[in-house]
Parts: sequence; structure tokens; C-alpha cells
Amino acid sequence: MPTHAQILPLVFDKVSYVAKGARLVDEFSVTLDPGTRTIILGPNGAGKSLVLRLSHGLLQPTSGAIRWEGPGGGNKASLHQAMVFQRPMTLRRSVGANLDYVLSLRKVPRELRRAKTAEALKRAGLFAMRSRPARVLSAGEQQKLALGRAWVMEPEVLFLDEPTASLDPAATREVENMINAIHQAGTKIIMTTHDLGQARRLADDIIFMHQGRLIERAGAEEFFEHPRTPHAEAFLNGELLP
Amino acid sequence: MSEIWSALGKAMVLIADFDPDLVEIIGLSLRVSLTAVLIAAVIGLPVGAAVALFRFPGRPVLVVLINALMGLPPVVVGLIVYLLLSRAGPFGVFNLLYSPTAMIIAQAILIGPIVAALTRQTVEDLWQEYGEQLTSFGVGPGRAVWTLLWDGRFSLLTGVLAGFGRASAEVGAVMIVGGNIDHLTRVMTTSIALETSKGNLEIALALGIILLIIALGINASAYAIRDVAYRTES
Amino acid sequence: MTLASLLRAGLAALLLTATFASPGGAQERSVRMLSTTSTENSGLLSYLLPIFESKTGIRVHVVAVGTGQALRGARNGDADVLMVHDKASELKLIADGHGIERREVMYNDFVIVGPRDDPAKIGGTNDAISALQMIKKSGAVFVSRGDDSGTHKAERRLWRAAGIEPEGRSDPWYREAGSGMGATLNIAAGMNAYTLTDRGTWLSFRNRRDLEILVEGDPPLFNQYGIMLVNPAKHPHVKAKEARALIDWITSPEGQRAIGKFTVEGRVLFIPNFRAKGGS
Repeated sequence: MPTHAQILPLVFDKVSYVAKGARLVDEFSVTLDPGTRTIILGPNGAGKSLVLRLSHGLLQPTSGAIRWEGPGGGNKASLHQAMVFQRPMTLRRSVGANLDYVLSLRKVPRELRRAKTAEALKRAGLFAMRSRPARVLSAGEQQKLALGRAWVMEPEVLFLDEPTASLDPAATREVENMINAIHQAGTKIIMTTHDLGQARRLADDIIFMHQGRLIERAGAEEFFEHPRTPHAEAFLNGELLP
Repeated sequence: MSEIWSALGKAMVLIADFDPDLVEIIGLSLRVSLTAVLIAAVIGLPVGAAVALFRFPGRPVLVVLINALMGLPPVVVGLIVYLLLSRAGPFGVFNLLYSPTAMIIAQAILIGPIVAALTRQTVEDLWQEYGEQLTSFGVGPGRAVWTLLWDGRFSLLTGVLAGFGRASAEVGAVMIVGGNIDHLTRVMTTSIALETSKGNLEIALALGIILLIIALGINASAYAIRDVAYRTES
Repeated sequence: MTLASLLRAGLAALLLTATFASPGGAQERSVRMLSTTSTENSGLLSYLLPIFESKTGIRVHVVAVGTGQALRGARNGDADVLMVHDKASELKLIADGHGIERREVMYNDFVIVGPRDDPAKIGGTNDAISALQMIKKSGAVFVSRGDDSGTHKAERRLWRAAGIEPEGRSDPWYREAGSGMGATLNIAAGMNAYTLTDRGTWLSFRNRRDLEILVEGDPPLFNQYGIMLVNPAKHPHVKAKEARALIDWITSPEGQRAIGKFTVEGRVLFIPNFRAKGGS
């Protein structure tokens, strides 16, 4: 088990994000606790990906504050996070070198890197392909590589932005299994999706967004069985939202 | 047409004879152009990457300068270097005019902008793809430049080869700053110009064919390296 | 030949590169001479200078350019010795203090070449001035160097003597190549045109096609070469000792004899004419 510095909980305090005059995230306040798989749901343009990027520090809020309130949540908090994107970015190197790269960034000694890389590749089911150029892998394999690469960093929090949006059902299932495995190893999952089935399969708790605002925050079962807002109900019924 | 065939024959004879003068000329051509390419790459790669990735004061000026320099005729570059290195010029004391070093300087100035411009393009494209993930990794600026240069190595190799092509093919600049001195600064292109002016069109063309063979050889080996590197990349 | 010899060539090239890169070769004594393309292209210098080099151990690095560029280089102090053929400019250089100890070394001659069928009918006139007048009258094409070189200046003097001042802009038959002698001959050969060339470049020129000599031997066509030292008082880095050795040897009885013995296709190209009192 990796030992974490405990950067969670993550607190959004009236966070807004404005680009080109448009208020894309609007007075967003939420607290994210360790342990669960949190899924951010909402229609296109709801601001889900922006919330992920704001959380991870890729974007800076226009107003409001984002704080890591755990004991380890100082300015080193970014070292305990990782992110996987919708379109996997793989370095133009071998599969193994992709993992070795991030380990060297974390200043892991060379001897240790070999072992950690091999172990992570086995977990991702990519060990046999370790010396193949990453760019020739299929989309599903590349996404698993991106997940394995995130995993090898042993993050306390893993952000995933629509990780299966461009994958076929079989690859989607494998990626979901890997996300669960990472979660079981002790990592907090914060993920966006617009796939309701996936949300039902993975979520412990749901953040439902619409037009940049937090509409509903609930446990997964409660959200899917008894949505409290008309927006959420409409969304779950597959209707167009006003 | 018959002249081209007999030039081809003459080229073969020149190669087969293993003429020491010719070997010396080829050696100097390679030494000058390869050194110039090396210098251009050492300067052009980081400059191109910096222009692609960072916003700094003077950047627009640098971009305009790089693009303008790319189109400069070699003769103009030769003239500028000549005026700088001439005894009457600012760097006259170093006594570099009419030396291989002067030719290297001229060619490096000629191809540095090409390497920088192609690097900028490659790195910008790559950053589109890598930017967010590298930021997520927590990669600093220096490491990011190095990562992008390394991952863009195959495209960059093409840029560097284009630079080598321009360097080894140009005659105007090396003629002016090298002086085409026999056994000192005579290279393939200035020999071709000299033989043409003597009306020895066949020998000139034969030298041209040899230059072509060298260029083919270098491009083929670069392609082979690239191919091997791609299949065994690590 | 084939692969093995190619490999050998490549290896030798690498070795040469290594030798070049290593210091030590720079120890040799050398002198740099700015000269005109006519002396280089005719082969005179590559015949003459090795004799001097083996006698003295001083290497001569020849930069062969147009007279205009050579004079400019001497003015900048970019060489130790200057050997050109444009007396007026040479004397101006001396008057300005950039050159000293000018000596007249040798002369060659210009010839008028043109197409074998000779539309202007100048063949056999042996009078350069009236030949030019006939070319103008016939409307046949004449290619000029147009590069401000010694040969170009000599050509302009001849036109002036013929009472004609042709200009590329207004006289379509008069084409200014703006190139060296060899390039100009290539153009004339390609266009079947007349041109003025020094005999040395002509004799060693290999792309004559239909061109042949039509007018020669007329005194206005004679072409005097002068050699001088770039003034070390103005340009302190000039290797005066080595340069003087070269000038002394070329004007010595031995050097002068060697010039007179140089032939191309059985013809003497340069007639030595140094006279000890002829310095200025």
C-alpha cells in the first residue's frame, strides 16, 4: 500500500471560471473526501472537464478558492495527483519508457524504476508489449498505458476526463476494471463521464452539473433512484435540459 | 544528352581513380557542412523550441528574424560574413577570412534559421498534444523542452537534413568567404563553379554527380538510422 | 572500383578530416595572393607557384576573383600580394597608400572571338577598333563581361576608341553578362555571339562550340599585369617578408623564364616583361 501525504479533502469555495466573457463555472462549491469514486455527471458544456482541470491546477479560477485541506495539502499537493485525458497522450517512446519517464520525474532511483515499471505494466496487461513503440498501440491499449503510467506514480487522487469516450465496449470494460483496481489500491477517483451506464457501474457518489453550476450532490444510489431536482430527473430520463 | 552520359562516365572514372585531390575536396566539403549543421543544430534546436514554448520579450522580433533569414540568398550571407571577417571589419583581427572556419560560419548562419523554424513548427505541434499531460506530470520548462525535442527527433532530423542539403549545395557564400583556394578552401560546389567557368562542363557535371551521390548516401543513412531507431525505440 | 573503393574513399575522407581538424598544419609559412580569374583559369599559377613553393617552402594561397573584388580586398588588407591587370586602378590603389612596390610582371593579349560563320565579317581585319565598329553595324550580338573587371574595363576602353558607347539598356545587341570570363564565354558559345576574352582563358576553355578567334595581335589588345605588396604600414598583419620573396622570385630571371615557358596547346600565353627600372 502506498503511503499518502493526505492532501484530501479538496474544497471548492465559490469557484468561478470565466473565459472570453462567458461564465463557464459559476460559484461552484463542494467538498471532496477521500475514499470514494466521485463521478461528475452532466450534459455537454456543463463544465465537468473544467472542474477537473481546476482541481488539478491546469486552470486557475477567476474567483473563489480551491484548497487541499488535508495535512499534506501544501504547495507539494500536485505531486500526489495524476490525470488521464480523453485522448491518451503517449510519448513517442517504448511502452516501458513511458513509465520510466514519469518515475524519473519523481526522482525514483534507476534500479527501482525497472521493477516498478515491470510491475505496473503487468497490472495493466501490457508487459508483453513493453518494448514496442507506444504509438503503434491500439486506442484502448494506449489508454491502459496512460492509466498504468498514472498508477505507477502512486497518486492519492486520480483525475479522469471521459477516459472511455473514444473506446469500444471491450476496451471500455478493461479500462473500467483498471480504474476499480486503482481505487481498491487506495486512490481517490474523480472522473467525468456523460455515459450514464458507466456512472451506474463505477460511482460511489455523484456531482451533477448543469451550465457551470452544481445542481445536485448525492450518493450514487440515491441520485439514480431519487433525483431531487427536475434537471437531474430529466437528465436521467435522457431528455434535453432547459 | 550525350554530354550527360559522358559526364556520368567521367564521374565513375573519377571515383574509381580515387583521385587524392578529389578526396581532399570531398573531405573538406563534408567537414565544413557537417560542422555547420552541428553548430546550426546546437543553436537552432533550443532557439526554435524556446520560441515555440515561451513568451518572452523580443520574441516577435526573433520570429520575424528567423523567417527573414531563412529566405536570404547565400551570396548575401557570404557578403555579410565577408565584411565582418575582413581585416577592415569588426572581427578582422581573428584572421578568419579565406579559411574553412569562415565557410563554416557562413553556412551555419545560412542553415541555423531553417533548423530553428522547423524546430519551432515541430515543437509547437507536439505541445498541442503533450501540453496538458506534461503540465499534469509537473514537468518544468527545461525538461519540457528536452522532452519535446527528443520526442520530435524524427521530424527534427528531417529539418537538420534539409539544413545539411542547403549547406552542402550552396556555392555563393563559401566562394566569397572561402576564396576557393586550392588545397585550403576548395569544396565540391566551388570546384564545380570553377570547372564550369573553365568550360569543363563534363568535369563540372561529373563533380555534380558525385555531390549527388554523397547527398543520397547521407540521406539514405539518416533514413536507415531513423528506421532502426523507430523499430527499437526505447 | 565499386563498394570497396567507395569505402576506401570514405575512410580517407574521414582521415583527412581528422588531419584538418588537428593543429600543427598551421605552422607552415604561407602568403595570400589576390589575383584575377584569368591567371588562375589559364593554369599559369598552378604551373608557376609550385616551383616557388618547392624553392622557398612558402605556400601561396591564391584567391582568384574579378579585378574589382581583388582591389577591394587589397584595400581591406585581406591579402599580402595583389596581381591584377588594370594599371589605372593599380596606380590609384598605390596613391591611396594601400599598395606599394608595384612591378610590371608580364602581359598577355586579348582576342575577339565569335561564331565561325562571322556575320559581321571581322575575320582577318586584325584591327580591333574597326572590328568593333563592324559588329555594331551588323547588329550581331556582343556579350560583355559587364562586371567591372580588368577585362571589362579594357573592353570599354576599346569601344570608346571606336567612338561607340554601347549600353545594355538601349542597345539590344549588347548583352552585359555580369559574370566572370568563363561564364561569359559559356554565354557567348550558347548564343553564337562575339566577345572579348584574354587569350589564356580562351586557350584553356573547353566549351567553345562554334566560337573561334577572329581578331588578334593588335597592340590595343595587349594587357599588362602588375604585382604589388599590400602596404604593411597600413595593414600590419601583412606577411611582408614572404610576400616580397614571392614578388622578387616572379620578377627574377628564373621566374620570368618560367612564365615564358608556360604554354597551352603549344602557345605561349604570358610574355614576361619585368624591367628593373619599371617599378613605381
